[in-house]
Amino acid sequence: MAAAHRVAAIAVSGSPGRRDVLQNLAAVTGCCNTGGMERQEVPGASGLLSEVAAAEAELRAAADRDRGGDGAGVAAGDELAAYFDEVVGADQKIEPRDWMPEAYRKGLVRQIAQHAHSEIIGMQPEGNWLSRAPSLARKAILLAKVQDEAGHGLYLYAAAETLGVSRAELFDKLLSGRQKYSSIFNYPTLTWADVGAIGWLVDGAAIVNQVPLCRCSYGPYARAMIRICKEESFHQRQGFDLLYTLARGTDEQRAMAQDAVDRWWYPSLAMFGPPDAESTHSTQSMAWKIKRFSNDELRQKFVDMTAQQAEVLGLNLPDEALGYDQPSGHWRYTQPDFGELMRVISGDGPCNRQRIEHRRRAHDDGAWVRDSAAAYAAKQRTRKAAA
Amino acid sequence: MLALADDGLIAAQRLAEWTSRAPELEEDVALANIALDTLGQARLLLSYAGELEGAGRDEDDLAYLRDEQDFRNCQLVELDNGDFAVTIVKLLCFATYQHELYSALRRSTDERLAAIAAKAVTETEYHVDHARLWTLRLGDGTPEAHQRMTAALGRIWPYTHELFETGWIEPELLAEGVAVDPATLREPWLSTVDKVLVEATLAVPDDDWAPTGGRHGVHTEVMGYLLAEMQYLHRAHPGATW
Repeated sequence: MAAAHRVAAIAVSGSPGRRDVLQNLAAVTGCCNTGGMERQEVPGASGLLSEVAAAEAELRAAADRDRGGDGAGVAAGDELAAYFDEVVGADQKIEPRDWMPEAYRKGLVRQIAQHAHSEIIGMQPEGNWLSRAPSLARKAILLAKVQDEAGHGLYLYAAAETLGVSRAELFDKLLSGRQKYSSIFNYPTLTWADVGAIGWLVDGAAIVNQVPLCRCSYGPYARAMIRICKEESFHQRQGFDLLYTLARGTDEQRAMAQDAVDRWWYPSLAMFGPPDAESTHSTQSMAWKIKRFSNDELRQKFVDMTAQQAEVLGLNLPDEALGYDQPSGHWRYTQPDFGELMRVISGDGPCNRQRIEHRRRAHDDGAWVRDSAAAYAAKQRTRKAAA
Repeated sequence: MLALADDGLIAAQRLAEWTSRAPELEEDVALANIALDTLGQARLLLSYAGELEGAGRDEDDLAYLRDEQDFRNCQLVELDNGDFAVTIVKLLCFATYQHELYSALRRSTDERLAAIAAKAVTETEYHVDHARLWTLRLGDGTPEAHQRMTAALGRIWPYTHELFETGWIEPELLAEGVAVDPATLREPWLSTVDKVLVEATLAVPDDDWAPTGGRHGVHTEVMGYLLAEMQYLHRAHPGATW
């Protein structure tokens, strides 16, 4: 629907509100919300952001380099495959016009779609607190964040479309359960502190997962991820600030914050997927440079970063085995319950049915609106042709 | 001042209810964006109102600790969202009113109010345009959408009259050029709305019933539920910082 896409372009670019709100996060939380409290540094966050910047520079350099011919012009068969391997091997980007193995295309569609679905399903647990946010500053920040998630969904569906699948097809697969979204969003947001825990832990885990994707071999996905990661860092920041304020508030607020961290910690660890030994998609993805690190490597990276941040927050991670291991330079931790992860993925988490039902209702309730927009666009085309 | 602030705050509260429920993803982005704009306007105005009052109340004290009778928003913004047609008709009527109002307030003799209005007017211009485009798509699209838009206009139109009432504004503020007489906004408002509706093949409803009271703190039954939801967490933890 071309008209609708134009609306989105207006909405995003003509958006004085959103950018201000998130960019000024530090100022907002520093002056209005936390009563002049000093802004806290989030340990580990700046390192990840510089990785995003490095990926962006690498992407530009790759675009400037000669890729040794154009894949679209190469003859056929083995030569195409050799050209593909060469581009991936040289850390260049595969673009939509290039030939690619069917399994590479399918794997990317699966991964990008799952990521896009996660963004739009993820709007629900946080959107759940929009109407009840306890200060106007927090309400504005949360609204801007949930709006960003819709925007991320849009970039990602657009990246998937470059691989020849439409958004309508992908929606259909989501609603029929043929494609998944991150299982983390099947847990409920029970208190206001859950908004903070999602920002700090869930967005924190998402960033650790996503920063390496900024260097993914498929150009459109890498470019979408660079943009998304920059915005996600604000999201994690707001979650950290929210919990930091609660942890220094009343006894009830502190208890609320600790309870949320207790509930979200293990599901966040499970976001990195099953242990390497059981991961089905990893090996080929690594060879194709879609994925750069294993599930267990990323999980460890997340724990190392988060354990330090928990100390600054003054909140406990619910793991008695947690401790710094001097020789390895890593934190020891208890693995999440992967049996629970499998149960939630297969449909039996607390909110799986509710999340899909909510999305289906929004989609069905909006059908007459989309139909009318399409009918209007068709009328306009006829009128233009007649004029 | 409170009337304008409360209009923006309550409009944002309702628009934000659409988040994750919009007919398409682009519209989730757009409605949240409009809500952010009106919420931003409300925050500037509430802070200023608190300063003028001089009793040490900040934006949150005013938003969360006033009771229903102390809210001065028009009834139009508090009405339920209804279907997407009702939301678009509400937005068209309200944003066009805000646009006329803020355009005029740019010349307010109160400099701070004039500055807030200058910022708001560029935002409301986009809101009006967004509502106009959807009114065209729905009014001049399918028969079902046309019928829903007609029903929405019938439901919302009576509440537009309250926007142009004058009696609640202190005469000195009008005399000093601080405030704008809302009655003077009705003609340009009607001219814009009328043009959009005609282009969308929709009829302008008759002026009959004209419910009123919002500017004096008399609201509809749905307002109590809206405030209960918006205020409960803040009130459950008196004195807490968020």
